Amino acid sequence: MSPLTAAAATAQTRRLGALGAVGLLVQRNYVVYRSAWWIFLSGFLEPVFYLFSIGVGVGQLVQGFEVDGRTIGYAAFVAPGMLAAAAMNGSLLDSTFNFFFKLKYAKTFEQMLATPLTTRDIARGELAWSLLRGGTYSLAFLLIMVAMGLVASWWAVLVLPAALLIGVAFGAVGMALTTYMRSWQDFEYVTLATLPLFLFSATFFPLEAFPTWLGWVVEATPLYRGVVLVRELTTGAVTADSVVSVVYLVVLSVAGMLVVSRRLDRLLLG
Amino acid sequence: MAATRSLAPRMTDYWWTVYKRTWKGSVVSSFVTPLLYVLAMGVLLGGFIQGDPDRLEGASTYLAFVVPGMLAAQSMQLVFGELTYPVMSGVKWHRTYFAMVATPLSVRDVVQSQVGFVVFRVALSSAVFCLVVAPFGVFATWWGAVVAWLVQLLVALAFATPVFALSSYLKDESGFSLVFRLGMIPMFLFSGAFFPVDNLGPTLAALARLTPLWHAVDLTRMLTVDRLDPLLALLHVGYLAALTALGYVLVLRFLGRRLAS
Repeated sequence: MSPLTAAAATAQTRRLGALGAVGLLVQRNYVVYRSAWWIFLSGFLEPVFYLFSIGVGVGQLVQGFEVDGRTIGYAAFVAPGMLAAAAMNGSLLDSTFNFFFKLKYAKTFEQMLATPLTTRDIARGELAWSLLRGGTYSLAFLLIMVAMGLVASWWAVLVLPAALLIGVAFGAVGMALTTYMRSWQDFEYVTLATLPLFLFSATFFPLEAFPTWLGWVVEATPLYRGVVLVRELTTGAVTADSVVSVVYLVVLSVAGMLVVSRRLDRLLLG
Repeated sequence: MAATRSLAPRMTDYWWTVYKRTWKGSVVSSFVTPLLYVLAMGVLLGGFIQGDPDRLEGASTYLAFVVPGMLAAQSMQLVFGELTYPVMSGVKWHRTYFAMVATPLSVRDVVQSQVGFVVFRVALSSAVFCLVVAPFGVFATWWGAVVAWLVQLLVALAFATPVFALSSYLKDESGFSLVFRLGMIPMFLFSGAFFPVDNLGPTLAALARLTPLWHAVDLTRMLTVDRLDPLLALLHVGYLAALTALGYVLVLRFLGRRLAS
């Protein structure tokens, strides 16, 4: 018996708790990806490439920026931005493209609903999987930052939870939006939203580059909150204001998840 | 058969129909994306970088340095987008190539028409790109900009035939993730588009100079900043032309084998 059928068999004999259901879904995705581990692994390379290219290559042209009254090197400025952006992108990949495919083409969720799993289990399970994946990448990236001497504070131990929070927030919102999508063409809108977030969220240059009013707009965007949060942690510039970012991302996650389970009920059970 | 005239132009209406039905979806990837990069990296980040022609390969601002890099990189990325999944679709999912070669069209005609379509796409989007960035004063001379645009057609060819060959060789689309992550993205980031390759140190810089994108970027930049080194330019053109020819031979072989099966 394969691990999946074995797990399904145990699931049938007893009622699944929420945690058990999440575990089952994560296990399912693990089985799917086991044969394509190189795809899983190579995903972590992309932000590292960006770090080396922008941080180290372009970094030789830039003086460095002031964070919390101290000037830091350009690589140390860019790296937390790359980490936060990678947490966003990784989470969105699973919650938009892959989620859409399972919802619309593979009909994976309809099959799951034929088992004791509920739509809430599916939403939580898929999100948990994308977090596991995003968390793995974030941890690897953080270790590279430490090895390159780009981490200046012990607060950095909180980077992993912060990256997971960014992942939850974007994953939940991404999934919620995906339930409204009609075709693959609609994914152009995802790129249209994430690319400006990636480029303008104080990832590559500080907020001073913008006129004041535009700076306020940027401060209100979700990736910016993630980038400053991670940067505050790696540089040790943690203040009471850091809580604003945390609360912002938590609210976004909860709102996203509420929409997802309501929409899945309508799409799959209606 | 080799002596007969190419039937590739007979496919024009097919590709025109494809374009009419898909151009809206391509607006973001081929026009918006490079412009956002120019704005973020060139204008905003460039504001923090001192414009020193000696450190920026002849460019007097970082914006003028990064624009030719983005132009060539955009040409490359468009080719990768057009000739990976769509080719797999032709041999595996929709199997349109099989339908095409069941007519008097040969594999050669199919390849020529699709490569022609990609060159058209690159010509169009790089023309729009050049027109939009021109008011920023990034082109040293008007003729340099025109020749740089023409160079993009060669860049498109140099990437098109090898990528086409690779896509018709691969049995499974999962290989594309690796092609993108280990081929296209590292080239985009390390082949002189964003910073002079000398910043990589001697060994990695030598490695970067072997990539086709570096030749494309350097040739484009020489023209836009008006610092043409004729001998080096000739080397770039030769390299890109040789790559085109090699890719062409390979794609005919691989796709021919695939369609005969």
